[in-house]
Amino acid sequence: MAEKKTNRRDFLFTATYAVGAVGAGAVVWPMIDQMNPDASVKALASTEVDVSSVGPGKTITVLWRGKPVFIRRRTDEEIEEARSVKLEDLKHPEKDEDRAQNPEWLVMLGVCTHLGCVPLDQKGDYNGWFCPCHGSHYDTSGRIRKGPAPTNMEIPKYEFVNANTIKIG
Amino acid sequence: MKKFSRIIFLIIFITCFQYNSNAAEKVEYLKTDWSFKGLFGKFDRASLQRGYQVYTEVCSSCHSMKYLSYRNLAEKGGPEFTEAEAKAIAASFEVKDGPNSDGDMFTRPGKLSDKFVMPYDNVKAAQSANGGAYPPDMSVLVKARVGGVDYIYSLLQGYEDPPIGITLDDGVYYNKFMYGNKIKMANQLSDGLVEYSDGTNATVEQMSKDVTTFLMWAAEPHLEARHKMGFKAIVYLIILTTLVYFSMKRIWSRVKTEV
Amino acid sequence: MSDHEYNPKSKFGKWFNDRLPLLTLANHLTDYPTPKNLNYWWTFGGILTFCLITQIVTGLVLAMHYIAHADMAFDSVEHIMRDVNYGWLIRYIHANGASMFFLAVYIHIFRSLFYGSYKAPREIIWIIGIIIYLLMMAAAFMGYVLPWGQMSFWGATVITNLFSAIPLVGEGIVTWLWGGYSVDNPTLTRFFTLHYLIPFLILGLVVLHIWALHVPGNNNPVGIDIKKPSKDTVPFHPYIVIKDGFALLMFMIVFAFFVFYTPNILGHADNYIEADPLVTPAHIVPEWYLLPFYAILRSVPDKLLGVIAMLSAIFILAALPWLDTSKIRSAVFRPLYRQFYWILVADVLILGYVGAMPAEGLYLLIARVATAYYFLHFLVILPVLGFKEKTLPLPISITEPILGGSPNLAAAKNREGLKE
Repeated sequence: MAEKKTNRRDFLFTATYAVGAVGAGAVVWPMIDQMNPDASVKALASTEVDVSSVGPGKTITVLWRGKPVFIRRRTDEEIEEARSVKLEDLKHPEKDEDRAQNPEWLVMLGVCTHLGCVPLDQKGDYNGWFCPCHGSHYDTSGRIRKGPAPTNMEIPKYEFVNANTIKIG
Repeated sequence: MKKFSRIIFLIIFITCFQYNSNAAEKVEYLKTDWSFKGLFGKFDRASLQRGYQVYTEVCSSCHSMKYLSYRNLAEKGGPEFTEAEAKAIAASFEVKDGPNSDGDMFTRPGKLSDKFVMPYDNVKAAQSANGGAYPPDMSVLVKARVGGVDYIYSLLQGYEDPPIGITLDDGVYYNKFMYGNKIKMANQLSDGLVEYSDGTNATVEQMSKDVTTFLMWAAEPHLEARHKMGFKAIVYLIILTTLVYFSMKRIWSRVKTEV
Repeated sequence: MSDHEYNPKSKFGKWFNDRLPLLTLANHLTDYPTPKNLNYWWTFGGILTFCLITQIVTGLVLAMHYIAHADMAFDSVEHIMRDVNYGWLIRYIHANGASMFFLAVYIHIFRSLFYGSYKAPREIIWIIGIIIYLLMMAAAFMGYVLPWGQMSFWGATVITNLFSAIPLVGEGIVTWLWGGYSVDNPTLTRFFTLHYLIPFLILGLVVLHIWALHVPGNNNPVGIDIKKPSKDTVPFHPYIVIKDGFALLMFMIVFAFFVFYTPNILGHADNYIEADPLVTPAHIVPEWYLLPFYAILRSVPDKLLGVIAMLSAIFILAALPWLDTSKIRSAVFRPLYRQFYWILVADVLILGYVGAMPAEGLYLLIARVATAYYFLHFLVILPVLGFKEKTLPLPISITEPILGGSPNLAAAKNREGLKE
């Protein structure tokens, strides 16, 4: 008799605790989620760039998610240079074909992977970019060749929505 | 318990009294069914889309809606245009941007992330173009007026000749429902003014209803989510309250309090 | 506080507790002997604690998105309502939470008035409570300014202008409060800071309030002291915890109804219009919970005397333990006081109603009568009643009238039955 009573009582209390916990979780979630990017920030998560005015051998810099993105229309020499590098020579081995969907266009985050400075265009020993902060040299594919940076400049998600427009993000 | 429920009743009764001012306004608003009212209220999507059309073609030349973005038109709970439709709507407007690398401001076609383009650059420009009266921004207009949707719905249809003895200045019109009856906006709606893309007959009453519905959504874009969550929350609370009630009875049965 | 030693079960517990006796504190709170005859009017203390925590948490989170600048405040609130994930929910909880907070505090205060909880030896608990109430009103007033709507701006203008009634230094004080020559951005930024600060002051005072309460222990519906803790009381956990939990859930259902279905009904439409220093709203009204004081303020034709009357209406409550001369605590045994109690309740509700109406004509007359009566109740009726009133005989102990065997069973049962 006492056994049965205990079981019924335990079930009631257990059920109450369980249902209460569900509610507590439901209340906590909005408090946490409100710190996630809001709708207006997410709306700017991708940006479309008109590149019709970018001639060969020219680079433009656009702001995307608060960071600079280099868009360079490469010359044939630069593409050739990028393609002919041996992977063993690279600190961070990456094929140029994997970095540039369309070999004529290089789209990458203009943020040095060492400590975050913005590298300078058409500078350095490898015909690409040079970061003045601590002397990292990047090649025509944006790969680290000399200096303290550990990895190549990051390639963001992007696509050509038409011949003149790149959508980043 | 009886006294407790009496007090709860009193509180609800007083609340319904609407503590707001304007006890003098005893005008009966025009009534219609609003699909979004009530515990399970939802917006009529077609009405919202028609309302957007009325806003754009009739109202937006004077009234801004600065808190809305074009992307809102494609979001859940609203007119729910497709993303392509909303993009096209955005692109049909010229948006100010800049400065460019020359330091100049320029215009470009709108994007989803842009806010609704405003008809005037600032309040003073709006006033000067409208005889000194500022056409209010409509983002939260429905919440900013006692009477809410009923008031706006009625006002749009409330233009009539002034009663004998009342003279109106130039640029002032008589409206049955406007506070003080004098309004600086002329009657805007007339039958067939807008050609609805879904073919609905655009009577003044229909346009008033549609644009007011649109304004309600503009003021409360999360209304449907709020109602849905509210239902779940209250059902959940009732369940938990019941469980806690029986837990309480069980715990207190150990104490001899009953006579 | 207690004379029995608590021994933690674990070694770490003992080590920690020797250095900071939190476990002893937790044990005290768990075992705290609470009268077993408390009715549901006693659950509002716990409900108030829930309200304070809710306001602090939602307020903190809103402060992550709100911008305290006159040019951006209104915009930032709309940003919260539209773009921030669940922003609309958090904002509506915070705004309606303030109303629920005041609803609970009024019930809590009126419970004390009915059952004589303010009487000796609980005078300090009562006075700390009045201070908490004052801070609540200050926090609520400043919080309402933050959205920078028409009512925010003009309510701030009207109420801060009251200080100019102080002779000699009044104008200077007002300029100092404003940080300028009118309510403007400096006023807004400092109100935001103080609005953020005050709830933590309240939290500290609540700790003192509960500490002071735990010295004599709770009052109870029959208003007599505990004779035998083993017979008259139950340990706070689980008995009172579960009962407070049940009452809190009922409260939350009402709260949820406001938040999800009528979130703007207690507010004022004019506050959805951006603040405009050149346009005054037709009727400036504070939120409902400040209306009785607003009515008192406007019922006196002189500005300074109106301010004094309004403040006196609150400070007079602090003197209550000494104004009420009756030796009997609970209105259960004070039939005449009980009548005057309900008249006071009606008086306060009437003051609230006329506070929302224009201060003219019949409304003004009613406000004046109601104001006069309010002071009459505290300054004349209460002191006199203490001497003149014929009270009912008290039960011997808390438990006696419930279990039977007491000549006062009928009287107590009658009263308890009505309460149910």
